[in-house]
Amino acid sequence: MVKVLKEGLLTFKSIFTGMGVTWGHLFEPAVTLQYPEERAILPDHVRNQLFVNIEDCIGCNLCARACPVNCIEIETVKATVGDDLGKTSTGNPKRLWVTQFNIDLARCMYCELCVHPCPTECIYMTSEYEYSEYNRNDLNYKFSNLTPNLVEIYKDKAAREAEKLALEKEEARLKKEKEKLEKESKDKA
Amino acid sequence: MIELLEYTIPSTMLALVIHALLPLGFILVYALFAIWLERKVAGHVQDRLGPMRVGGWHGWAQTIADMLKLLHKEDIIPTQSNKFLFKMAPYMLFTASYGAFAVIPFSSAYIGSRVDIGVVYLLAILSLLTLSVIMAGWASNNKWSLFGAMRSASQMVSYEVPTVVTVLSVIVVTGSLNLMTVSEMQTGNDLFGFLPNWLILQNPFLVIAFIIFFISILAESHRVPFDLPESESELVAGFQTEYSGMRWGIIMLSEYADMLLLSLLGVTLFFGGWNSPFGVFMAGPLWGFFWFILKGMLLVFVMMWIRWTLPRLRVDQLTYLCWSVLIPVSFINLVLVALWEMIF
Repeated sequence: MVKVLKEGLLTFKSIFTGMGVTWGHLFEPAVTLQYPEERAILPDHVRNQLFVNIEDCIGCNLCARACPVNCIEIETVKATVGDDLGKTSTGNPKRLWVTQFNIDLARCMYCELCVHPCPTECIYMTSEYEYSEYNRNDLNYKFSNLTPNLVEIYKDKAAREAEKLALEKEEARLKKEKEKLEKESKDKA
Repeated sequence: MIELLEYTIPSTMLALVIHALLPLGFILVYALFAIWLERKVAGHVQDRLGPMRVGGWHGWAQTIADMLKLLHKEDIIPTQSNKFLFKMAPYMLFTASYGAFAVIPFSSAYIGSRVDIGVVYLLAILSLLTLSVIMAGWASNNKWSLFGAMRSASQMVSYEVPTVVTVLSVIVVTGSLNLMTVSEMQTGNDLFGFLPNWLILQNPFLVIAFIIFFISILAESHRVPFDLPESESELVAGFQTEYSGMRWGIIMLSEYADMLLLSLLGVTLFFGGWNSPFGVFMAGPLWGFFWFILKGMLLVFVMMWIRWTLPRLRVDQLTYLCWSVLIPVSFINLVLVALWEMIF
């Protein structure tokens, strides 16, 4: 009888303890963030949307090679002799026209491996995380600031210069061969 | 109330219909509010917010939106089911709980029917709930529904015994089965000069009776910790698995109506019904309605509070609690209540 009463009291005690706990939580401020109106404060080094400061890019392709999912596509065109592309903010001279710098953010997995190899620190991650699109192709971000027209011109220039160079090289080679032949015939004589 | 209606409305029939439909309007509004409250309580107990969007202020219109959604949903009836019983069961379920509201005195001016067998009628018509639960489970032609229905039926039948015995111990004190008379008996603040004449304060053994009553109404309206017939986390939903759309909505409505009904019965029997706790201050038919609903909602809130606190009982623990704890204790308590009444 005493045991039963004790157990009964213990039951009620535990029930009331539990109800006390839930009562306490009832008036505790909720942890929920009302998302579009309130946002979580992100830490300093969050990995979210990639951004490229194309003014500083030297087109070295290191980021594209570091990317494990191949979401960066870079195309460059060599600058011709007369062109002055200027320097990056870190002091590196720019020698290539970056005609294409595409990042497919639908494929990006936010590993930040592309950020560290960059010699001019022009590719980095921002704290922007709301950039969803209705069309998957819209997630392919194009960072190059050259117009297609300019790209054509630079490509043309570069091709012409390359041709000229090749021609000069060929001439030099022919000249050398000629000299060599002359020398040989002299020796024989 | 009925006299007033008959006086103002020319047709007696119409007056009767309005008189009968008054609690329905109240129950519908209450169910919308109670489901919203349940979600809010659940949220805040778990340090969440609950619904916040619909309607602006703390998502007050969430349940209305849900009800509209239920009305729009396709009405699916299993092809192999017994269609007539399947369609009838939810309405019978609600009819049973609504029929019981006829003898609940909402205020000193309103009671559906002043029959003298009030409590007996109420308990009798509540048995229809068990019947319609079995009906729903059987008509679904789904073995899990049937299992759920059998479980709920056995639970409701077994917990009816302690409910009836505790109600009986109140009837021993009041000597009347009419709930209006029971409420009128509790008017006044004579206890130690200031306490209201509520039955729970008049007789110490009625406190024990109330605890047993409260536990058994939790089980009868299958609320946590006795919700194993429909335990949402493990079984699907017991007897209501096959229901969808507004039929399911009506089952839900009658569940909440049931909660309110049993809470209001408890309030009438133990907490003075529509009597104000401050004697003549804030007393009157409208204030009576206010106090009655306030007390009922407090009990409903406690039910919700318990729901988000306690884990569910096992089937054997459930039957053990009923047959070897509550029933013996309630019977002994009944004798003690009667003895106390004889001596004092």
